[in-house]
Amino acid sequence: MTATLERVDAARPAPAKGRSRSRARHRLTVLAFLAPAVLGFALFFGYPLIATVVLSFTKYDLINPPEWIGFANYAYMFADKLFLTAVYNTLWFVVVLTVARVVFALGVASVIARLKSGVGLVRTLCYLPSLAPPVAATLVFFLVMRPNEGPLDAFLGWFGIEGPLWFADPAWSKPGIAAVMLWVSGDLMIIMLAAVLDVPQEQYEAAELDGAGALRRWWHITLPTISPVLMFGVVNSIILALQLFTQAVVAGSAASGAADITGATKNLGFPENSTLTFPVWLYTQGFRYFDMGYAAAMATVLFVISFAATALLVQRMRKATYQEEGGPGA
Amino acid sequence: MTAVLDAPVTTQRKPRDWRAILDWVAVHSLGLALALMFALPILFVFLTAVMSDSQAFTKDLWPHEWHWGNFVEVFQKAPLLKYLGNSLLYSLLATAGMLLSSIPAAYALAKLKWRGRNAVFLLVVGAMMLPPQVVAVPLYDTWSGLGLTGTLWPLIAPYFLFDAFSIFLLRQFILTIPQSYVDAARVDGCTEFQAMVRIVVPMARPGIAATALFCFLYTWNDYFGPLLYTGEKPDQWTLSLALSSFKGMHHVQWNLAMAVTLLIMVPAVVLFAFAQRSFVKGITFTGVKG
Repeated sequence: MTATLERVDAARPAPAKGRSRSRARHRLTVLAFLAPAVLGFALFFGYPLIATVVLSFTKYDLINPPEWIGFANYAYMFADKLFLTAVYNTLWFVVVLTVARVVFALGVASVIARLKSGVGLVRTLCYLPSLAPPVAATLVFFLVMRPNEGPLDAFLGWFGIEGPLWFADPAWSKPGIAAVMLWVSGDLMIIMLAAVLDVPQEQYEAAELDGAGALRRWWHITLPTISPVLMFGVVNSIILALQLFTQAVVAGSAASGAADITGATKNLGFPENSTLTFPVWLYTQGFRYFDMGYAAAMATVLFVISFAATALLVQRMRKATYQEEGGPGA
Repeated sequence: MTAVLDAPVTTQRKPRDWRAILDWVAVHSLGLALALMFALPILFVFLTAVMSDSQAFTKDLWPHEWHWGNFVEVFQKAPLLKYLGNSLLYSLLATAGMLLSSIPAAYALAKLKWRGRNAVFLLVVGAMMLPPQVVAVPLYDTWSGLGLTGTLWPLIAPYFLFDAFSIFLLRQFILTIPQSYVDAARVDGCTEFQAMVRIVVPMARPGIAATALFCFLYTWNDYFGPLLYTGEKPDQWTLSLALSSFKGMHHVQWNLAMAVTLLIMVPAVVLFAFAQRSFVKGITFTGVKG
């Protein structure tokens, strides 16, 4: 192919030859810059994604070679009660966390944006918890929400309320984990705060002259202007909820008093499988029971769902990218 | 500015002032409440960490005696230094590998023009959003075939080739460097590699710092990865993994468990204290443009 190209070049004037050679060199440069990333993507995303889908049609225990069983793994999902429980739990988190995180982060950001003094301190305090490792953050809440002895129960005691068993109560374990997730949602708060502060000041001033109160200004100016960031918050929260694993494992095993998380399987999902999220059940099937085929089938389902959520975000980003390209320099 | 705006309404000065004061009080008490809400749990953890063994079991919020020795005792109760070493190995090597592999990729995505660039960028975003559990089965299979399960290498190695989030974040930062600087370097006869190393890397230093911080923190906090590959090898545990079993291991010694919980947060807080601006800028970049 190179030879053909050169012959064509020979018939052309010199500048064209130079351009095509430099274009080939440019292509090589791009390839050199991207080579590690391309290799890494192929090895750690491309190959395992395909392999996951293939394995999902097999029975595989990591020792004996995979055995083709068609759609049996997928069919089994509907008979697997714990699978359905896991789907329910993860859906619970998708709905609750998405709404709660976006509303909470926006609320906190709106308050911080209106502070006239102490902004730095409040912002830092709100952000600090999100630096805590998920394991640590979950244990922090485990301490605060200790039945009877914990500070939260002490606080409720002032109002004569007797707290439930919190993380050991199936009705409260998921809300408890959701509380942990809100406590560490500092990233989203900072993003929202930046967006709220970016709203052009003149718009507020104009509205104020028109006699609009703070709440109406927030509703009619702030909210529409930052809607792209709200969208990001929604997608980001959905993805976060879909892969919720650490907090669920730690809350479940801490509440059950498991002596050794890593060796015991019976404590995952404690209490009463209320913390058995989709990734936890996937992990248990694949790496505790070594039913790799079934785990791969679950992974395929998770992939399809998170792909849909990602497509939402990418669609929006694509617009932004084209706008960028259309600007000066393109 | 406020004075100018207020000027036309001087006749209504009084009611406006009252409303402004009320508004100020409301907003600032809300801010104070929020700050307390976020800070109090950490304070409880700290107070419990310095209690005596028996007091930590009680309802008390304030320690009778301050047992600072608890922070030393945890090092005797568990091989924390070993776990710390493992955590550092994972986080530092991963961050170093990420910088080597992601800066050129981000440069190619931000400053080089080529067909398919947008498509490749979308693939990076897709990889970034993919739950790690989706690809865990075949990857575990491969690493176990190589005999590397039970070590942290399956977690470290990928960073030397590809880390979607870092490439994404670095690209966003490098995009903000004016194209004219890169063009000028090219006119001066720089190769693309020289333009990257001499022009873009120094200018993108805050962005690179933020990306390195996030990478360090992500790996430091990672739980799923170490659990998957080293769960059955306690001498390979990272601090995060060890902490999850610490509570059970020592029969709910709340004070010690909370002392470890505090210690594990120290690196993040120190990093944050030194690089708060990079942090905030980095976070904002993931959201506003992403």
